[in-house]
Amino acid sequence: MSSTAVPTPVVYEDSPSAEVRIAERIEADRSTRGPVLLFFHSAVVWLIVGSIFGLIASLKFQFPDWLTGEAWLTFGRVRTAHLNAVAYGWTSMALIGTAIWMIPRLVRAPLFAPSLAMVSAWGWNLFMVLGLTAVLSGWSDGMEWLEIPRPIDIIVALSGGLMALSVLITVARRKTRHFYVSVWYVLAAMVWFPIIFVTANLPLFGGVEEAAVNWWYGHNALGLWITPMSLGAAYFFIPKVLGRPIHSYNLSLVGFWALAFFYSLNGHHHLIGGPLPTWVITTSITASVMMVIPVAATAVNFHNTMVGRFDALRHSPTLRFVVIGSMIYTVVSVQGSIEALRSFNRVVHFTQYTVGHAHLGVYGFAGFILFGSYYFILPRLCDWEWPSGTLIRVHFWTAFSGIVIYAGALCIGGWLQGQAMLDASRPFMDSVNITKPYLLARTIGGSLMVVSHLVFAYHYWLMVNRKGKPRYEPAWSDRRSYAMQPRPTT
Amino acid sequence: MHRFRVFFAGAVWTAVFAFFVLAYLPHRQLSAVVPIDALQPYSAAELAGRQVYIGLGCLYCHSQQVRDPLFGTDQQRGWGRASYPEDYRYDFPHLLGTMRTGPDLLNIGVRQPSRAWHYTHLYEPRALVPGSLMPSFRFLFAVKDRAAPGDEVVSVPAGYAPPGKVVVALPEARQLVDYLLSLKRDYPRADARQMQSGH
Repeated sequence: MSSTAVPTPVVYEDSPSAEVRIAERIEADRSTRGPVLLFFHSAVVWLIVGSIFGLIASLKFQFPDWLTGEAWLTFGRVRTAHLNAVAYGWTSMALIGTAIWMIPRLVRAPLFAPSLAMVSAWGWNLFMVLGLTAVLSGWSDGMEWLEIPRPIDIIVALSGGLMALSVLITVARRKTRHFYVSVWYVLAAMVWFPIIFVTANLPLFGGVEEAAVNWWYGHNALGLWITPMSLGAAYFFIPKVLGRPIHSYNLSLVGFWALAFFYSLNGHHHLIGGPLPTWVITTSITASVMMVIPVAATAVNFHNTMVGRFDALRHSPTLRFVVIGSMIYTVVSVQGSIEALRSFNRVVHFTQYTVGHAHLGVYGFAGFILFGSYYFILPRLCDWEWPSGTLIRVHFWTAFSGIVIYAGALCIGGWLQGQAMLDASRPFMDSVNITKPYLLARTIGGSLMVVSHLVFAYHYWLMVNRKGKPRYEPAWSDRRSYAMQPRPTT
Repeated sequence: MHRFRVFFAGAVWTAVFAFFVLAYLPHRQLSAVVPIDALQPYSAAELAGRQVYIGLGCLYCHSQQVRDPLFGTDQQRGWGRASYPEDYRYDFPHLLGTMRTGPDLLNIGVRQPSRAWHYTHLYEPRALVPGSLMPSFRFLFAVKDRAAPGDEVVSVPAGYAPPGKVVVALPEARQLVDYLLSLKRDYPRADARQMQSGH
């Protein structure tokens, strides 16, 4: 926008009094309460819907003749409904809810036109309902991560655009001179998502050129949307809960721009060995390996912020989920860099290993950070404490053990599958049979995750309806009453 | 950071730059590729079958790309020669795939040219391939008392067949099999060096 468009000169004041800050925070939360709750409610519904489809898809590997009487229940549709429900329904909507709650607090200005955000949330839900119906009825664009048909995509492109507009104007009206790391990540992701989503859906190319566009988008849905939005939340909650600043501003800066530059070029590692020019695949492999720079910068930054305060993980559910999610980010990113190397990729490329890796990323990293965000934000929006510490513990441990079993089993099983497939002296069926015990373990891990979601959804329902007894401190700390203990002075 | 416009421009630039490198440059390079006459466009029935293939999500378990012998054992498995961009000239959308829960299908029409085999396999994969994880696609077939003229009757092994009835292929099954049988990239390549050198 041009400088003439700014109506009044902005007075920046970086150190207001505590009273002013608290008044501003209350005003910020008031402006975001409606849209954030709508995004959060919707996300929980899509989480449950997506989990059930995921579990059905997984069980079909144990019972391939189960639910085969109707086309809409065939594996190829149920699996696709699962992916779209959890990626665009649960993860994306929960990320947007978290983002629009954080931004007004961080820039000290109320959300611009909350009604825009409400329209965006309803549009997003309409997109999900129509999109899943289309996929289940066999109407699909046929490209991974882009299955939902183009006419329906227009709805989410407009919703995403409205959302971005609301957030951009909010930031333009900020009262702070600097904007914090979380704002960079959220702003950039909100600009990136409409760009990549619209461009990828333009029917410009065919054949392998379309495969190139497909994976430019497919990986950027993670790299330029889910990852930066999740990191923005982690950069907010870790210092917030600990009450200490992030370790290094410069590391944040390196982490952000290196992520923007390298992650955006990662996509074609999904096409290694495929019929594309070698140079373009090598470009993506190089960028994938270079991802260790932003990942290490972020990991060191988080670790040095946490150091000496890891005991707080026992007492804050937000911190526990967010910090475990951030640690999984480091693990899954390093795994991704290794997976992109040709020598490793030729084994695991077409196997369940990739599925394990994808779940570790989207669920273990983004999902965990989102659970943590919910635990922090809702008490402030509902003016109520979470009713049960036990339910939070059950949620954490079932989700955590579930994803560890899930990803662990598929990474081992996928590796063995790839070894069997590369050995031409073994029949192809060897590569199928060898995965079966691991696919059973995946169903067990997946079931634990589904249980955790049902517990979480039930607790969420109790929370938003303000069930249970009024509390003056978090239910989580009932047993140890951490708030009463003397803090270490270091 | 406090310079909003610099930040904004940087963010947009990274996404556009990535599109330029990963999508536009390959497009420009590949539009110079010489088409091969031996590869014919899909027929109407084959295209309809291709939509069935997409709608049922076959691509989530079956790739359509054959890797170079230096990189994998695809060729030794009888999946065909390494595939090149020219082989996908008529593919909208592309169906390269990323999984091999089942085998690659780029040359399934060469490897398994029998319609009868495909019908039986789609109706009950485990009747032909013990231990297979492929779902059965019973909804692509109708069970009747007796076949009408023009029906394609599926031979179903004993134990999988409904007693006293016949199984016939519905139009979607016929189209899908038309498409599968059309998957043949066994012609020689015009200029094998063009792509391998990467420019």
